[in-house]
Amino acid sequence: MSETTTDGTAPTATHPLVDGEVAPGCKKVDPIVVADGVIRQFGGLTAVDVEHVEIPRGAITALIGPNGAGKTTFFNLLTGFDRPNKGSWSFEGQSLAHVPSHKVARRGMVRTFQLTKSLGRLTVLQNMLLGARDQRGESFFAALVRPLWRAQEQSNTEKADSLLARFKLDTKREDYAASLSGGQRKLLEMARALMSDPTLVMLDEPMAGVNPALTQSLLDHVKGLKDDGMTVLFVEHDMHMVRHISDWVIVMAEGRIVAEGPPETIMQNQAVVDAYLGAHHDTDLGTLTNQQVAQIHEAAEEEVPVGLEASATETTTTDAPAEPGATAHDEEGKR
Amino acid sequence: MDFLTILNNSAAEILSPSTAAFALATIGLNVHFGYSGLLNFGQAAFMAVGAYAFAIFTMQVDPTATLGWPMWLSFVVAVLVAIVAAVAFALVLGIPTLRLRGDYLAIVTIAAAEIIRFTVRTSDYSAVTGGSQGLRGQDYKGDITGLNPLTGTTYGFGPWTGTAYDTWIRILAWTLVVVALILVWLLMRSPWGRVIKGIREDEDAVRSLGKNVYSYKMQALVLGGVLGGLAGIMYVLPRAVQPDNFATAMTFYIWTALLLGGAATVFGPLLGSILFWVLLAFTGGMLSGLQQIGAFGDMSGTQAGQLRFVLVGVALMLLVIFRPQGILGNKKELSFHV
Ligand SMILES: Nc1ncnc2c1ncn2[C@@H]1O[C@H](COP(=O)(O)OP(=O)(O)OP(=O)(O)O)[C@@H](O)[C@H]1O
Ligand SMILES: [Mg+2]
Repeated sequence: MSETTTDGTAPTATHPLVDGEVAPGCKKVDPIVVADGVIRQFGGLTAVDVEHVEIPRGAITALIGPNGAGKTTFFNLLTGFDRPNKGSWSFEGQSLAHVPSHKVARRGMVRTFQLTKSLGRLTVLQNMLLGARDQRGESFFAALVRPLWRAQEQSNTEKADSLLARFKLDTKREDYAASLSGGQRKLLEMARALMSDPTLVMLDEPMAGVNPALTQSLLDHVKGLKDDGMTVLFVEHDMHMVRHISDWVIVMAEGRIVAEGPPETIMQNQAVVDAYLGAHHDTDLGTLTNQQVAQIHEAAEEEVPVGLEASATETTTTDAPAEPGATAHDEEGKR
Repeated sequence: MDFLTILNNSAAEILSPSTAAFALATIGLNVHFGYSGLLNFGQAAFMAVGAYAFAIFTMQVDPTATLGWPMWLSFVVAVLVAIVAAVAFALVLGIPTLRLRGDYLAIVTIAAAEIIRFTVRTSDYSAVTGGSQGLRGQDYKGDITGLNPLTGTTYGFGPWTGTAYDTWIRILAWTLVVVALILVWLLMRSPWGRVIKGIREDEDAVRSLGKNVYSYKMQALVLGGVLGGLAGIMYVLPRAVQPDNFATAMTFYIWTALLLGGAATVFGPLLGSILFWVLLAFTGGMLSGLQQIGAFGDMSGTQAGQLRFVLVGVALMLLVIFRPQGILGNKKELSFHV
């Protein structure tokens, strides 16, 4: 099935972000993150197995893939929250392997979490202020002498207020973060990450649970980050968002990078369709006639060499965002 | 039953130096648990470390007698030795556990507290620690007695009357409490305190914002431990050093006082400590009074005395059910427990 892939799509051989030909793990003109041979196993399960991947600087890159593909684990590895079994990676040319998570953040690579981590018994404003970098008042002895940090605190507060206004949280400024709704916490976490003026923002499902009206303004805000010179890497299942704001899409499945490409064409890539749906994804197994079942078995027989792999991918996923038109086309081409 | 005596004895607890020492230990635990979320179940051990280090240094080295130091210098150095010992104890507990989940610190502090108590109790070291007998007060109180500026016989009024020495210790201990309260207040309104409280809520979130969580937890553990060590000194200045004063029961009294007053508030530990000792003295007095007039039938005086701890337990349960945030705590801060 892999040979017949790009029937329905015009293969994009080159792209302005890419140095050379577009392919999984391709070289970028100006990469900000480069990862090599990163492997993370949980017992017998290989959650992440990335041979080579580069994240382009100054662009918005989406990392997509079915549930359990290893996206969050890969985020954890890059930011020092988890240790890989093997591998090396660098940020702005400097190696990040074995660098503890707080030092990763100080270098300008700041992430948010899929399961939000708002600090419940601090107010929204305190949450924000915690995000600011290089605070003099955070050292024990300087903390005792307010004049040493008052001015800095003042300017951080102004910055926090303007970010809160942008994220429509200004009315919640003095509320405890624990009283926020799930979506508001996502917003708070994103705003807090931006307090440190990061070079690279890594967002793990930033839009999950955020209402559609706000999504639009947030999308614009994320685009705004790029205009401010930041690089954005985000994980998202909402294909609307991916198509709308990303410049580049990287697809993961079962720990591997299976495809890369611009958002307009990525969903037509056969590897992506397989990753999300497995083979035979357009057949509704609920209403099969006997004849169809026989056909499927025949088809399955032909695929014996890759049978193991195919049955493994079959287990995925629900909110599959593939284009039905394009994929049906592919399947026809096969028959 | 003399109700006035009972009231008088209870009121005396409000300003007693022991209450001050206890409040100091509770302020330390508040830094640990209330602000940083560190589960320290061995605060009594920090008190023991401070008390023994102070007393042993004074008795063994005795710089006033052997080196001819002025008394104030000997006393200050003995206090510094106790602080260093408390810092070292905090580091020993913290280095292996603070990178792990919170429960590990809890287990290690419980165990370490018992190890400390058994070590000072054992007869092998009784030449230094006094074994299960402890150390006599007069052997280490020389400097502080000599430094006493009060020359009269009694000071104060009403329930708060005391000898010159008692009043001197009272002034020292309560001054230290005030200093500790100001220190905690200054720290907790600062960005340092914000990081500490953030760690209490979620370590990983604070880490993702570029803060060295391990270092902050260690600083908090050391600060609260040093306050505990100073509390130990203040606790033994009015009496002798008794190893069994620093048993697990002491740790749980401190916890009770903290929860009663309100964790994560500046004045909660102070209020909680005062209330705890006043209530304990009051119920103790009432119960023995009632026992004497035969209200409990055949119950002996000792048994009636034990009954007050049952009452303390019941009071603690009621408190947790009806006012979990403590007296001064903020309902909102506690009720949203994420
Ligand atoms: N701490 C862990 N222990 C054991 N297995 C883990 C652990 N963390 C992740 N895994 C496994 O690693 C695989 C990848 O998980 P990961 O959370 O990275 O997926 P994901 O791509 O983020 O999925 P989703 O889109 O659902 O968030 C899963 O099969 C998961 O069960
Ligand atoms: Mg995930």
